[in-house]
Amino acid sequence: MEFVPNTDQDSEQMLQAIGVQTVDELLEVVPAAVRRPEMELPPPLTEMEIAAEMRRLAEQNANAHSHSYFLGAGAYFHYIPAAVSQLLLRSEFYTAYTPYQPEISQGTLQATFEFQSMIRSILGMDVANASMYDGATAMAEAALMAIAATRRDRVVVSGSVHPEYREVLDSYLKGRGFQIVTSSVTKQGDRVVEEDLASLVDDQTACLIVQYPNFFGGIGSLEGLADQVHARGALFVVSSDPIALGILKSPGEWGADIAVGEGQGLGAAVAYGGPYLGLLACREKYLRQMPGRLVGAARDSQGRRGFVLTLQAREQHIRREKATSNICTSEALVATGAAIYMALMGPQGLAQVARLCYDKAHYLAEKLFAVDGFNVLDTGPFFNEIVVQCPLEPAELNAALLAQGIVGGYDLGRSYPDLKGCMLLCTTEINSRAQIDHLVASLHSAAALKGVER
Amino acid sequence: MTEPLLSEISRPGRIGHRLPEADVPPASSDLPAALARGGLELPEVAENDVVRHFVHLSTLNYGVDTGFYPLGSCTMKYNPKISEDVARYPGFAAIHPYQPEETAQGALRVMYELQEALGEISGLRAVSLQPAAGAHGELTGMMMIRAYHEARGDSARSKVIIPDSAHGTNPATATMCGFATLPVGSDARGNVDIEQLRGLLDGNVAGMMLTNPNTLGLFDENMMAISEAVHAAGALMYGDGANLNALLGVARPADLGFDVMHINLHKTFATPHGGGGPGSGTVVARDILAPYLPVPLIRKRADGSFFLDYDMPDSIGRVRSFNGSFGVLVRAYVYIRALGASGLRNVGNDAILNANYLRARLEHAFEVPYSRACMHEFVMTGRRQKARGVRTLDMAKRLIDYGIHPPTVYFPLIVEEAMMVEPTETESKETLDAFVDAMLSIAREAEENPDLVRSAPHTTRVSRFDETAAARQPQLHW
Repeated sequence: MEFVPNTDQDSEQMLQAIGVQTVDELLEVVPAAVRRPEMELPPPLTEMEIAAEMRRLAEQNANAHSHSYFLGAGAYFHYIPAAVSQLLLRSEFYTAYTPYQPEISQGTLQATFEFQSMIRSILGMDVANASMYDGATAMAEAALMAIAATRRDRVVVSGSVHPEYREVLDSYLKGRGFQIVTSSVTKQGDRVVEEDLASLVDDQTACLIVQYPNFFGGIGSLEGLADQVHARGALFVVSSDPIALGILKSPGEWGADIAVGEGQGLGAAVAYGGPYLGLLACREKYLRQMPGRLVGAARDSQGRRGFVLTLQAREQHIRREKATSNICTSEALVATGAAIYMALMGPQGLAQVARLCYDKAHYLAEKLFAVDGFNVLDTGPFFNEIVVQCPLEPAELNAALLAQGIVGGYDLGRSYPDLKGCMLLCTTEINSRAQIDHLVASLHSAAALKGVER
Repeated sequence: MTEPLLSEISRPGRIGHRLPEADVPPASSDLPAALARGGLELPEVAENDVVRHFVHLSTLNYGVDTGFYPLGSCTMKYNPKISEDVARYPGFAAIHPYQPEETAQGALRVMYELQEALGEISGLRAVSLQPAAGAHGELTGMMMIRAYHEARGDSARSKVIIPDSAHGTNPATATMCGFATLPVGSDARGNVDIEQLRGLLDGNVAGMMLTNPNTLGLFDENMMAISEAVHAAGALMYGDGANLNALLGVARPADLGFDVMHINLHKTFATPHGGGGPGSGTVVARDILAPYLPVPLIRKRADGSFFLDYDMPDSIGRVRSFNGSFGVLVRAYVYIRALGASGLRNVGNDAILNANYLRARLEHAFEVPYSRACMHEFVMTGRRQKARGVRTLDMAKRLIDYGIHPPTVYFPLIVEEAMMVEPTETESKETLDAFVDAMLSIAREAEENPDLVRSAPHTTRVSRFDETAAARQPQLHW
C-alpha cells in the first residue's frame, strides 16, 4: 500500500511543466554509480494484511490484558480513562508539527500551557517546560543546567536513583570533563542502607540529585537536605513520579531548585518503554538556563488572549552552539495526554490513585511477611514498591509466576550486587486484591516446591 | 471567542473521574504526616467539561489531516491510520520494558526487523532505535564519533565542521558533546564551499555534520569530494537525516560517504509529529562505529529468538531509559511493511517530482536564489515582495487564509526572506496547484493590496501575537 496519489497522467503533466522527460533527469547531480540502489525488503502489504500480521506479532507478547503485572521500576501500569485515549485521536493534535504558527496552533499551545501549569503545581515549582524526552534525559539535562548555573563540574547522584537514569546521566556528562559521584547502596541485615548524601556534597559540587520515591519505593524524609546542599552553594535536584505526588510532599516542599521526573503515569501507555514524558521544572531564577520549549501567554493584535512559544532565545534554532540544549522535538502529544489526565483526575483523583498504590503495596508487604522464605527488606517508609529477598533466584521465581499468568518483579541483582536475590515488586490501582493474593500464593508454592523453609 | 483555561472552568468539588474504592484494608502504617503534601491545586472539572475543552482546542489546530502542510525540512507527509490502530493493540501498548524477553518476542521482532530495514535503506547497518528525537540522535551519533577517536588514542580531535546552512541543532549538539564548532560557508551554487572546507580540515577535526540534500533542498554537487576530503583528514562524516525522504530509492547515505546519521522516523517514515513529539531519532552507522552504539541492541539468536544485548563494553552507554519510543517504532515498521521495497523506492521519486513541479511553477513570481533541479524541497525568497513592503512573514500568514499551512520561513539563514517549501510525495497535483494558485494570488495582493497581506491572517480565531511582549514578561502558567 502506497500513499502516493499521483497518476501516470499527473506525473506526465508535472514533468512537462518542469521541462524534463523523466525524474532521473532531475537526479543527474547524484553520482551515477550510487544512484537508484536496490533494496532488499519484504514485498508491500495491504492494510488488511498488515493488520493481521501485526495482530499476530502483538499476540506473542504477554500484556496487561492477558497477565497480572507486579513490575514497575520506573514504568507503571495505571488506569487510563477512556477520555484520554479518545481525545488523543483528534488528528488536529497528533498530525500537527511544533506550533511555529500560533494563529493555527492554539490547540497545542493552550494544552501545553495548561500542562505546564499543572506540572508546576504537582512538582511545587515556579515554572515547568513543555516536556523532555523522558525522565532519564530530563534528569541529565537538569544536571547540565546546574553545571551551567553554578559553573561547577561535579555532580553527586544518589545510588537509589533509577539505574538507567544514572547510566544516561553518565553518557551525557562523560567526555565533557564532568565528574559524577554516586552514593553507595548496601544491604545491612534486613535493611537497604544508603551512604550519607550531604557528606558527599562539597564546594565544587554543582548539584545533588535524588529520586523521590526512590528506585526501591522508599519515601524517607528529605528534611534538611536542601539546606545542607545550598550551604555548599550547590543546587538540589529531585526526580519524582508525579502520581506519588498526589499524596507525597512535592520536590518544591523539599526545597528543590530543579524538579524532574517521568510523566508516563499521567495517562501514557507503558508501551514497552515509550514514548514517555520527561518533566522538568525549576525555580524562577533558573528560567534562562532551562532547556526545551516553553509556552507563554500572549495578546494578539486585537488584545485577545492566546499562547505562543516563548523565550526562544535559549534555544538551538536561535542560539545555535550557545543554546542551553539541542532539544527541539520533545513529547508534545504525550504532554497533551497528561494534561487531559490531570484535568480528569483533579486533586482528589490524583490523591486517590496515589493512595490506592500505597495501600495495595502495604497490603502486599504484610501478606508477604507471612510467607516462609520471603523477606521484605526495610527501605523506610515506602510508596508502591517493595524490595523482597527471595529464597530462589528472581529469574527462576518469575518463570514460575509466569506459568500462573503473573509477570513478577524486577531483578535487583541486575543493578545492585548487594541486592542479588532480591526483587522489586510493584502495585498500582490496577492490581486487585485477588491478584495480590494470587501472587502471594504463587510465590509461596514456588518456594515450597523447592523445599524452602524459613 | 477565547477558549477558557481549565483553571477558569474549575469548580470546587467537581469530579472528572472516579476510581474503584480500595479492595484492601487501609495500610496499618499510615503515611507519616511529615511526608504528606500540604495541598494540591489542580482544576476540578467534570468529564464532559474536559472532553469539550480539548475538542474545542483541537479545532484551533491545523494538522496534516486538515490540509496541505508544506513545512520545509519537516516532511509533513500523510500519517497512515492503520499505524494508529496497530500501536494501540494491547500486545504493543500494554507491555512492560522489563518483562522477560521470551514474553515479548513479537515486540522484539518488530524492533529487530526495523533495525534491519533501516540498515538496508541507509546502507549503514549498525542501528540503535533508542534516541527519542532527531536532535537526540545527533547527540548519540556525535558521542559515537567522540568515542571512536578516543578509542584510537586520537585525542586532539576537538572540533566539528558545520555548514552555515545547517539546522541549529547541529551546532547545539556539537557543543553538548564538548566539541568546538567550525562553520564552513556555501558556494554560489548552494554547495559546501569545498576549498574553504579543505582549508579547515586538519588533525583537530573530529568530523563534519552535513545535511544532504541540504536545507536549500539541493544535493551537494561535491558530495563525494567532501566525504573523501573529510575521511582523508581522519575525520568522520555525520549525516543529519532530516532530509532523508529525498534519498529513499535514490541513493544510500552509506554510498555517499556518511559514517553515521540519524533518521527521523517522524518525518521519513510517516509517524505523526504530535504537535512536537513524540518522535524517534534512530541512529544508523557504519560497522567501524558499531561498538559504540548505545546499549542495549536487539539481536537474533541462532534459534531465531530475539534478545536485548547489553554486552557492549565500548558502548557510549544509554541515552534514554528503556527501549526508546517503542510506539513510534511500531508505526514506522507498519509504514515500511505497507510500502515494501517497491513503495519505498517511489517515495523519493515522487517527493522530488512534486517539489520540482512547485519550483517550476513558482520561480517566476518568487525568486529561487539557487535555481537548479531541487530534491524534495526548495527555498524561494520574498525579496521582490519585501521591496514593496510585504515581508515573507506576511505572505506566510496570508497563506493561512487560503487554508494552507505556511512553509518554513526565515530558514536557512543564508537566504534572505526565505520560504522553504516541502510538499512530500503524499500530495496530489490538485493540492499542489491550489498551493500555486494561492501563492500567485498572494504575490498579486502584495502588489495591489499590501495591507491585506500585512494584516493577515483574517480567517483565524486569533490574529498575530505580540511575541516580543510575551517574552519580555513571560507568563508561563495560570
